[in-house]
Amino acid sequence: MVRMMSPGLLRYLVGRLLRALLTVVGLVTIVFLLVRLIPGDPVEAILGDQAGPEEKAELRRALDLDRPVAQQYLSFLGDMADGSMGTSFRRPDRSVWSMMRDVLPHTIVLAIAALLVAWLVAIPLGTIAAAKAGRGWDKIASTVAVAGLAIPNIWLGPLLILAFGVKLRWLPLPGDDLAGPEALILPALTIGTAFAAVLTRQTRAAMIEVLAQQYITAARARGVPSVPLLLRHALRNALLPVMTIGAAQLGALLSGTIVTEKIFERPGLGTLFLDAFFARDIPVVQGCVLIIAVIYVVVNLIVDLAYGVVDPRVRLS
Amino acid sequence: MKRVRARLRRTPIGLGIVLCFFVLGLVGPWIAPYDPLMIDLLHEYEPPSWTHLLGTGDNGIDILSALLHGARLAAIVGVVVVGVSVVFGTLLGTWAGYAGRLTDHVITGIADLVQAFPAIVLNIAILALVARPGLMHLIVALAVNGWVLYARLARAETLTLREREFVEAARALGVPTRQILRRHVVPNLLGPLVIQATTGLGVVILAESTLSFLGLGPGKAVSWGALLDQGTSVLLRFPHVALFSGGAIAVTVLGFNLTGDWLRDRLDPLLR
Repeated sequence: MVRMMSPGLLRYLVGRLLRALLTVVGLVTIVFLLVRLIPGDPVEAILGDQAGPEEKAELRRALDLDRPVAQQYLSFLGDMADGSMGTSFRRPDRSVWSMMRDVLPHTIVLAIAALLVAWLVAIPLGTIAAAKAGRGWDKIASTVAVAGLAIPNIWLGPLLILAFGVKLRWLPLPGDDLAGPEALILPALTIGTAFAAVLTRQTRAAMIEVLAQQYITAARARGVPSVPLLLRHALRNALLPVMTIGAAQLGALLSGTIVTEKIFERPGLGTLFLDAFFARDIPVVQGCVLIIAVIYVVVNLIVDLAYGVVDPRVRLS
Repeated sequence: MKRVRARLRRTPIGLGIVLCFFVLGLVGPWIAPYDPLMIDLLHEYEPPSWTHLLGTGDNGIDILSALLHGARLAAIVGVVVVGVSVVFGTLLGTWAGYAGRLTDHVITGIADLVQAFPAIVLNIAILALVARPGLMHLIVALAVNGWVLYARLARAETLTLREREFVEAARALGVPTRQILRRHVVPNLLGPLVIQATTGLGVVILAESTLSFLGLGPGKAVSWGALLDQGTSVLLRFPHVALFSGGAIAVTVLGFNLTGDWLRDRLDPLLR
């Protein structure tokens, strides 16, 4: 495999990996600094003036604040590197990572379901809109895109529950048994709608650009029927830029899971994050912030790398 | 798609919504029929009626009054956060773009790092560091990632402006850098910044609502997001609370988006 790579590609891959690694170190440092940058006594700020001295001493110990900053930083890096990511303040018997590992699958399943919803809606809709640009289908697609972007997910969730859970009784309500996959549909729609709107626009724009190119005209002249022409010749090339934009939207997707887990009373990283917030369990808050940011960086890295392998022009920039 | 959007852009419905929002934000608390914190347990969660036009919510508060007070909070948070972000972002972005080299690398690097966190995650992390988050904390948390967008915009524009002939001429005439920036660079940034800030107001208002919805809003203040949160918890029995508060958020955000698009068409002659 390595022998097949050109030196240019190898340099691109290594450079991109190093940059991602540097970003992760930067993220760890920012998360470390956040607590230390509070003016005054961070323990006082976090717990408020009502807290007892024992509680304060405990947090000070948990955050390592009684040692010199350089030592604090090193042991923080150590906690991150050994995979424990520190110890929960509320549950001293649990490492932060083990708490996150328990709930992470719920969030990942939800995020993937939301992505699927978005792709299943956006790619056909965007393709049809581009093929029939300016006509009926195009208008429907644009209305869906505008509406999907305009509705905040904190409102869309309750609306979907009212429509499909209460009025139509098609889908389970929040708090019902989570066993079936049908319980995923409304949460996935809540996150996926805005995503689908963005992707529909991108797919349409990319498709229109591709359809105007000469090889499409050539294929049409050769008598390639319109459906294979759209799917095999045009869509394949149009999807590349759409993929990258999909990755850039990942941040919105992850924030969406936080809100959606609350609306639908689902367990997950967002619920853990909010619970830790209200309990002032700072190590868990830090862990959640970091894991979300790292997921974001890693997915962007994977997309960039894949893109670099597929499209040689990317490596040059 | 283009035609529908073009039509939406030509009619400034968005501008109407935005003006309404600011007027209500200004006078809302004075014209509100009730005190939004007034407890009236005998009339909890009543549907809309003549005494309570939009019905009542948790503890019998009047929803219309709560929404009017919430408009003021949203307006204050939006204007202050966007104002602070625009000022800091423009300063840092122009500086990075004009100075180049190390300054540029440092500022761009910080901006990249801030953007590596989904905005709301960073906001929550910052709010977790204070015992009782208040209005100030909320504003700071939102401004911490708010400036990045404006800095990127200002930097990109400055990079092209720096090479333009009138700036080069000023440099050749020995005009001090600070004066070049103030007289020749920053005024040319205003158009794009105003467009970005308009859309940005919608983003910040939505962020404030979302944080309040998650229970991280400023303490006692009446917020649309907090009202929507209460509404969601009684959604199955009393849907009107969530419908009205969520609707207020959605319409306002839509208004700022449409106005941003409309301004872009008006101010950017290249797109016409």
